[in-house]
Amino acid sequence: MLSYIIRRLLLMIVTLFGVSVAIFLLLRIVPGNIADILFDSAGLIDPAEKQKIIVDLGLDKSLPVQYGQWIFGLFRGDLGYSYVSEKPVIDEILPRIPITARLAGLALLFAVCSGVPLGVISAVRQNTWLDYGLRILSLSGLSMPSFWLGLLILMAFVHYFGTIPIYERQPATYWAWIQMLVIPAAAVGFRSSALIMRLTRSSMLEVLRQDYVRTARSKGLSEGAVTFDHALRNAVLPVITTIGVETAFLMGGLIVTETVFNIPGVARFLVEAIRWRDYPMVQNLVMFIALVVVVVNLIVDLAYMLVDPRIRYGQ
Amino acid sequence: MAFVARLMLACLLILCAGLDAARAQKQGGVLRVTHRDNPPSTSIHEEATISTDMPFMSVFNNLVVFDPDSKQNRLDAIVPDLATSWKYSDDDRTLTFQLRDGVKWHDGKPFTSADVKCTWDMVTGKVDGKMRKNPRKTWWFNVKEITTNGPLEVAFHLNDPQPSLLVMLAGGFSPVYPCHVPAAQMRTHPIGTGPFKFVEFKQNESIRLERNPDYWKPGRPYLDAIEYDIIANRSTAILALVAGKFDLTLTGEVTPELVKDVKAQVPQMQCLVQPSNTQGNLLVNRERPPFDNARIRRAMALAIDRKAFSDILSRGVYNIGGAMLAPPEGIWGWSPEFMATVPGYGADVEKSREEGRQIMRGLGYGPDKMLPLKVSTRNIADYRDAAVILIDHLKTVFIQAELETLDSAVWYARLVRKDYSVGMNVQGTGIDDPDVMLFENYLCGSERNYTAYCNPELEKLFHQQSMMKDQEARRKLVWEIDRKLQEDGARPVVYQSQGGTCWWPYVKGLKLAVNSIYNHWRFEDVWLDR
Repeated sequence: MLSYIIRRLLLMIVTLFGVSVAIFLLLRIVPGNIADILFDSAGLIDPAEKQKIIVDLGLDKSLPVQYGQWIFGLFRGDLGYSYVSEKPVIDEILPRIPITARLAGLALLFAVCSGVPLGVISAVRQNTWLDYGLRILSLSGLSMPSFWLGLLILMAFVHYFGTIPIYERQPATYWAWIQMLVIPAAAVGFRSSALIMRLTRSSMLEVLRQDYVRTARSKGLSEGAVTFDHALRNAVLPVITTIGVETAFLMGGLIVTETVFNIPGVARFLVEAIRWRDYPMVQNLVMFIALVVVVVNLIVDLAYMLVDPRIRYGQ
Repeated sequence: MAFVARLMLACLLILCAGLDAARAQKQGGVLRVTHRDNPPSTSIHEEATISTDMPFMSVFNNLVVFDPDSKQNRLDAIVPDLATSWKYSDDDRTLTFQLRDGVKWHDGKPFTSADVKCTWDMVTGKVDGKMRKNPRKTWWFNVKEITTNGPLEVAFHLNDPQPSLLVMLAGGFSPVYPCHVPAAQMRTHPIGTGPFKFVEFKQNESIRLERNPDYWKPGRPYLDAIEYDIIANRSTAILALVAGKFDLTLTGEVTPELVKDVKAQVPQMQCLVQPSNTQGNLLVNRERPPFDNARIRRAMALAIDRKAFSDILSRGVYNIGGAMLAPPEGIWGWSPEFMATVPGYGADVEKSREEGRQIMRGLGYGPDKMLPLKVSTRNIADYRDAAVILIDHLKTVFIQAELETLDSAVWYARLVRKDYSVGMNVQGTGIDDPDVMLFENYLCGSERNYTAYCNPELEKLFHQQSMMKDQEARRKLVWEIDRKLQEDGARPVVYQSQGGTCWWPYVKGLKLAVNSIYNHWRFEDVWLDR
């Protein structure tokens, strides 16, 4: 167990190194840099002034030097300065992390809490009107882009309630936070919920036909105990894997949802940073997101053991 | 006698009503404004976008400003701001300002003439003010030197007489900066003398300004604070306005179509559609064959149906004109009668196109031998839409074009390298004045002269109009200059765009000009009646 965790942690370091090289190079391959963007915003084309900015920001140095400066800065806890706001990157990123974390957490919670039970119901009531209805719902969730769904929700709120559930100022209480984020979380979590629902359904259908389920029934167990204690526990493994993968995919949905609901989180900020070619901001944000995804996947792998004792790692 | 008594009584009543209205202005409240994107910085002198100008103009004061009560920004409607009075020397080459006494910067330091000198020494490039960019350096081409005479007098010494210098000083892009605050700080935490103090700018999130309790104008401002929320999605911003979460939109952000939609949902909403000081231009690289041939450039200009652009892009709301903003909003644009005499601007588009086809036939092109080219443009909807229409129009003069969209990051870099044949560009200017438009965009070697058009003879006329005191005679000369620019195909103007600004009726004291969106955002007279 311990050796497995150590191996996974070492693998994490290799993965993050690969991500750091990839994001560093990809950013520099994309045409244009911050000097181009700054001058673009002013409609200017003075090469001398642009060159001055390039030198000031150290963009004239060779790529290995720039990469080395970034990585060694990271080890020292120095994430550098944003090219746009001219403030420390850490000061820009830190306040936004809890916002996105809450939104993503709520979205995942919504996805799991709605997707798993509805998937179970759909499987148990296979080929009934309820099953058809839930399958249509899950297909809708997979087909509807989250920005479109988000806009529809906003329009409906304005039309029917005369208000709009977008981010305003920093809420004072935790409960206010939840209230403010619940609608956007539902919008972004709908797709994941639909996916989980379909996976749970197909997985449950397979398990429900197994011999041990029939045995459980023949022992006289209640239908609830059969479904949840015996069937669901065995059917849920692929769903857990999906939750890990969805955490990464959620980021894409969050970018759109944060924009539509005007939530000042990490995802929306990342898009703006890319637009401005704000290298220090993008590099560190992507590294942070990569770290989250890697850690979540590790947690998912470890969760297998809890759910299925047959799994033994490191042996 | 009874009539006179009744008249006096009526006058008295009107006077009382006026006084009552004056007293009715309410102190307090927070004005909430939608903002479309993250301002590049908080330093107005370093930016050329309304995204910076509108939120931060109220942090500063100018020497002079456009009279807020005048609907049109014009030379004869300029009132004091930090300057209490001004006077030209007898030879009109020195403009001397007397400055307001007792004004303090937001950090408590006194405002003096040294600050004015510092500001214009920096923007004219005489000293290195450590600015990242200086987008309006050309505005001050005529300023030779700034001198001070004690803390409350400053003089602008000019190479030549230039009445329009006052117009440029009155614009929102010409605030006075403090000497003691470095440029880097002005980009992130500006210090001004204006009615509102800068509090906070959260990137991609919000901007907050608070009332300056020590503002030099007694009783102003009325508002306690102004908050801008940066909402990147326009649909969300409009829905939030309709839902009452915001009081005002960023100026020019509501398209004419959206204005109709907003008014349909909230009939009492106040909306003004006005020129946004931006225009669509056809850029032709005159250094690259075959476009070094003036006849081809002329044929291209003759292919443009400007009314079609206006109809398609804005259902006929966009103005049609030359380089200068068209009347009735613009002061210097051609009259309709004059415009009809300019080649390519006549009502008979087919006649112009036939002339264009004749030119192209003379050069060996025809329906069976079209001239192939690429129309390059930025990958932004406003640019793309116009470029697509342009491609359609060029077909009428035997030009087969395809669209090339470019990322914003490389657009101006391509222009400077002259790495394009034909381009569609959208650009704006801050003030409706020929000195701004002509020197910024058409002067030989000017940074914004993207097509590198250079006509030394015409430049003499640029300077001549700049020196003219008689504004009516100046207008006539500007019309001729503008005609020549269009005839030469310097940068054919395809349309002059318009945008809307909406606010709830309880927002009082908001006064906008019709010929510029950049100059009326001091907010010192704005109050909330709710």
